[in-house]
Amino acid sequence: MSEPLLSVREIHTYYGDSYVLQGVSLDLLEGRIVAILGRNGMGKTTLIRSVAGLTPPRRGAVVFKGRPLHGQPPYAIAQRGMAIVPQGRRIFRSLSVRENLLLPTSRLAHPAHVAGANGRRKRWDLDEVLKEFPQLAERIDHPGGTLSGGEQQMLAVGRALMANPDLILMDEPSEGLAPLLVRQIERIMKSVREHGHSILLVEQNFELAMSVADDIHVLASGRFVFQGTPAALSREVEVLDHHLGVSGNR
Amino acid sequence: MTSSAVLQAINGTSLAALLFLLASGFTLTFGLMRVVNMAHGAYYLLGGYIGLTIAERTGSFALAILGGGAGIVALGYLIDRFLIRQTGENHLAQVLLTVGIAFVIGDVALAIWGGDSLKVPAPAFLRGAMELPGGLVYPTYRFVLILFGVLVGGVLWVLYRKTQLGAVVRAGVDDREQVSATGINVDRLFVLVSALASFLAGMAGVVGGAFLTLYPGAEWEILVVALVVVIVGGLGSLEGAMLGALIVGLLDAYGRWLLPEFSYFVLFGPMAVLLLVRPRGIFGKDV
Repeated sequence: MSEPLLSVREIHTYYGDSYVLQGVSLDLLEGRIVAILGRNGMGKTTLIRSVAGLTPPRRGAVVFKGRPLHGQPPYAIAQRGMAIVPQGRRIFRSLSVRENLLLPTSRLAHPAHVAGANGRRKRWDLDEVLKEFPQLAERIDHPGGTLSGGEQQMLAVGRALMANPDLILMDEPSEGLAPLLVRQIERIMKSVREHGHSILLVEQNFELAMSVADDIHVLASGRFVFQGTPAALSREVEVLDHHLGVSGNR
Repeated sequence: MTSSAVLQAINGTSLAALLFLLASGFTLTFGLMRVVNMAHGAYYLLGGYIGLTIAERTGSFALAILGGGAGIVALGYLIDRFLIRQTGENHLAQVLLTVGIAFVIGDVALAIWGGDSLKVPAPAFLRGAMELPGGLVYPTYRFVLILFGVLVGGVLWVLYRKTQLGAVVRAGVDDREQVSATGINVDRLFVLVSALASFLAGMAGVVGGAFLTLYPGAEWEILVVALVVVIVGGLGSLEGAMLGALIVGLLDAYGRWLLPEFSYFVLFGPMAVLLLVRPRGIFGKDV
């Protein structure tokens, strides 16, 4: 088996004084989607922020493409091939859709790092992203702040793709979206995986995670209480019922 | 009467051009990094003195402007890097520190250039007066200053609104953390913006020193007025600095003319009223 693209090893992360992640480990192989499920306040966002270097873990290691990220600032981690679709989208409100999309291609972001360890990796540029998200093409010169929630989510995903990352961190991309848009997000994630990117997904939407993920981890109070495939999770009545509030007899 | 009113309008606009040079840098560094740098007035004065010495030695006003600006870029970088950075996000510490820096700069300038009012020599073709349409006679220098202010404002606006670098700066004003998660080193970006602000302040000192003269204390007078510009226009907004400079420049000119004994009130009264209605200034955004 090849070395994982991302390896989180026994990390402990604090948010202020609260001890949020209490020893969490996971491996993510290239070209896979790994989903983290869990209720609110269980540490899902903190896990994403730990990996991205925004809230660095106090103990443990995050290893990305074979090198530990310890002590590196978020911009350096991003430049190594990681992009984030943050919770709440965090579109740059005063920038136009075009400017939002082009931001990761700024020379200040050192976009020279040409991703694509394997030949099937698609090279994303403005045209390709707009082809994937035709809604954005129609609003290309509108300020990001005037977009609807769904459009902002597409923009957040498009902005991440523009960096041509190896790994995309997605923090609750389905939050607040109508079912139709959730299905579009689902389709996009699968298509992004087809194109050779890997995704670490944090979700509360059980069906979405079960549908897209190759592996699922269930997070409860800062620890994983389940790790395995979606098929295996669907048999874990106790985990489903107790930690996800999903009825086990499906 | 009407010709006086027109003259005051031109006076106010030329002061506005100068204030814009100083306020635009202040407002952009604040917008990007939330750094309050009260030494900006001292940057103005010291830049003016450096330009004065260069102009006297070389006879070149253009070199004086470049040298005054460049000197402050170097000084401002050191102050950012080794002093202001230590304060983190603590605004009170920043204000105290940078006020202290301004006093030190002021004293060093006093020791070098003395306490007399000194005037940066303007180039010959800008001295004297020119006749404007309608038979008004007006100092050439101050009229050209308006054009210069418009030119600098235009260049800054294009840089800020129409280039990718400007988009990165605006994105940093919106959400600094997300900019760094996009792979951009915000600290390095800030060095660029801060260098631009320092250059503008030093350059403003040379340009202003040629008609307002340079003297100990001038740094505080100009700083107070520039702060009014920034607050009226809205902290962090380039367009706000433009409009604020125009408003303050005109208020100052008409205030001195019509209500000379209340000229400070004419500046601060409207500011207080504006802040009651729009606490973030005209173009200010929620912070």
